[in-house]
Amino acid sequence: MAEPPTGTAPRDVVDTLLGFARTLRSAGVPASPDRVEAMLEALGILRVLDPRDVYWAGRLTLCGGPDDLDRYDCAFAAWFAGEMPRAVPATAQRRPELAVSAPLDPGPGAGEDSDGPDLATRAGADEVLRHRDVGDMTPAEREHLRRLFALLVPASPMRPARRRRPSSGGSVHPARTVRQALHDGGEVRRLLHRRPQARPRRVVLLVDVSGSMTPYADALLRFAHAAVRARPGSTEVFTIGTRLTRVTRELRLRDPDKALAASGSAIPDWSGGTRLGEVLKAFLDRWGQRGTARGAVVVLCSDGWERGDAALLGEQMTRLRRLAHTVVWVNPHKGRTGYEPLTAGMRAALPSVDHFVSGHSMAAFEELTGVIGRA
Amino acid sequence: MLQRVSEPAPTLPADPGALAVALEATGYLPDEGLATAAYLALAMHRPLFLEGEAGVGKTALAQAMAQVTGRPIYRLQCYEGLEASQALYDWDFGRQLLHLRAAEAAHAHEDTDKLEASLYDRRFLLARPLLQALEDSPSVLLVDEIDRADDEFEAFLLEVLSDFTISIPELGTVRAQTPPLVVLTSNRTREVHDALKRRCLYHWLQHPDFDREVAILRRRLPQVTERLAREVARATATLRTLDLLKPPGVAEAMDWATALHTLGARHLDPDLAARTLGAVLKYREDTDRVRALAGGTLFGG
Repeated sequence: MAEPPTGTAPRDVVDTLLGFARTLRSAGVPASPDRVEAMLEALGILRVLDPRDVYWAGRLTLCGGPDDLDRYDCAFAAWFAGEMPRAVPATAQRRPELAVSAPLDPGPGAGEDSDGPDLATRAGADEVLRHRDVGDMTPAEREHLRRLFALLVPASPMRPARRRRPSSGGSVHPARTVRQALHDGGEVRRLLHRRPQARPRRVVLLVDVSGSMTPYADALLRFAHAAVRARPGSTEVFTIGTRLTRVTRELRLRDPDKALAASGSAIPDWSGGTRLGEVLKAFLDRWGQRGTARGAVVVLCSDGWERGDAALLGEQMTRLRRLAHTVVWVNPHKGRTGYEPLTAGMRAALPSVDHFVSGHSMAAFEELTGVIGRA
Repeated sequence: MLQRVSEPAPTLPADPGALAVALEATGYLPDEGLATAAYLALAMHRPLFLEGEAGVGKTALAQAMAQVTGRPIYRLQCYEGLEASQALYDWDFGRQLLHLRAAEAAHAHEDTDKLEASLYDRRFLLARPLLQALEDSPSVLLVDEIDRADDEFEAFLLEVLSDFTISIPELGTVRAQTPPLVVLTSNRTREVHDALKRRCLYHWLQHPDFDREVAILRRRLPQVTERLAREVARATATLRTLDLLKPPGVAEAMDWATALHTLGARHLDPDLAARTLGAVLKYREDTDRVRALAGGTLFGG
């Protein structure tokens, strides 16, 4: 572990730590001012000149999760070895290229906006648009479709909860009955009842953002945004590609464009390859088995192109099936006429899937909300 | 739930090192980070938020800290649907009603105000762990598996932990003279809200390294031979590298060593190891996997 710069120029402790906190924040650790205050308090109790004590005082107060620990270790080593904080964080560099429209660009020859019909003047355009394949749209049509996402009302599946609520029927609620009796001078005038409550079931969306899904990823993430906004407490969103990224927090932003930009900069593997099996395993190991997937409705949005071992994907899907309440697979290609699930990944996964639906148009998304809501 | 320690409360350890020594004396062997975390929690009156795999000793730390500080420990096990009436206090309605009837029969209270006041007396209040921990100050409060409770409960807990007071409308405010040492544990089945974490010291507990694990096994299970302890620790460490569904924790290692010892083992022999694998692996897939990996090479002495 590096020595703090005490022997050379004795810098003010508070300044040193504030600089360290800035380094941490740029490395992605949420070292908020009240946490820094706690660190100063902790250092007041420990020995401020002992590098191990400084290390632990900071780690215990500034970090908020296991993901922060590695970043903390790097930043600590760098700052107290006298290095400058890393000037440009990796995420800031990616922001411009991952603006909302970037993943939507269908590639060369897409700039022919003028060829498309003027949507604003066309009657019934929405209805036509609802059934169009997102992958075949012109940029102007997509722009219009984005506005339609605001109208999407995701229903949420319910599950019986342990907690019970007062009700006019059901079993007798002793505590309420007696409390009422106390009110009435000790007379039990009528029995009060309670019955089980229903609570929203957790919905987990896993969105494939690999190269082959590029035309649909933006629409699927908008769908995810609508779902998160409707039920922030019981919806989780992850993107899958070459690695797993949790974007729930980014998608909680109210403005869909801001939310997508934020999650775009959080996704390091946009338009990369797919290793579905491995990434699904990472999801189940780190989140799913601990509870995120337990009893949840898990929705996988992917075309099933697996570059890795399809057998691993099959194995992980069986594992997911055992944990989840319902497994839904959304494949945008399913909407094409004559589609058959022939890819190795899709064939390995299908036995463990409860509902296999298409997700290529607005109408398909509306149908998907129905499938999730009834699950 | 309540463990009174009879001897007078010892003075608090002077630094993390002294606390580590004191914890070791109770049979809990912390590493440097955990000792510092526990020491700061005591000195700063901040709750300690412990996360980590199941079976790494999160709950055991709270119990060891209660022993070291000589404070009583109150445990609140969280579960879905946990309500304030199960965490804070509840009125004993049955007894209140009885009291009312008795007063009526004896015509003891003509004054209704007095009667009502006597209904909401402290003796009709059922204290639950949070209130108990504040009333019986100083104490250790263990809030176990906070990730299992609903997020509404988290917000409520935040309120109690921020100023260590509970107000009961009918009785008044209960304030802890010394804030209790609060230990929150989580298995990370769900992300706990930042607002709660910010108020706490955060520590991620890892599986102990080889030497520490041997020391823990030797300390907790003095009947087990040194050789068996070392071999069980080594095999458990190997199992943790195998990418299992549920990597074994210290608790499983102890179970395994106990199982082997009960069967009369002085060292880890492959046959006995294969037969007692159920003590350390809790999934059929894991057991199959480990069996397939040639038990001889894995558990060879």
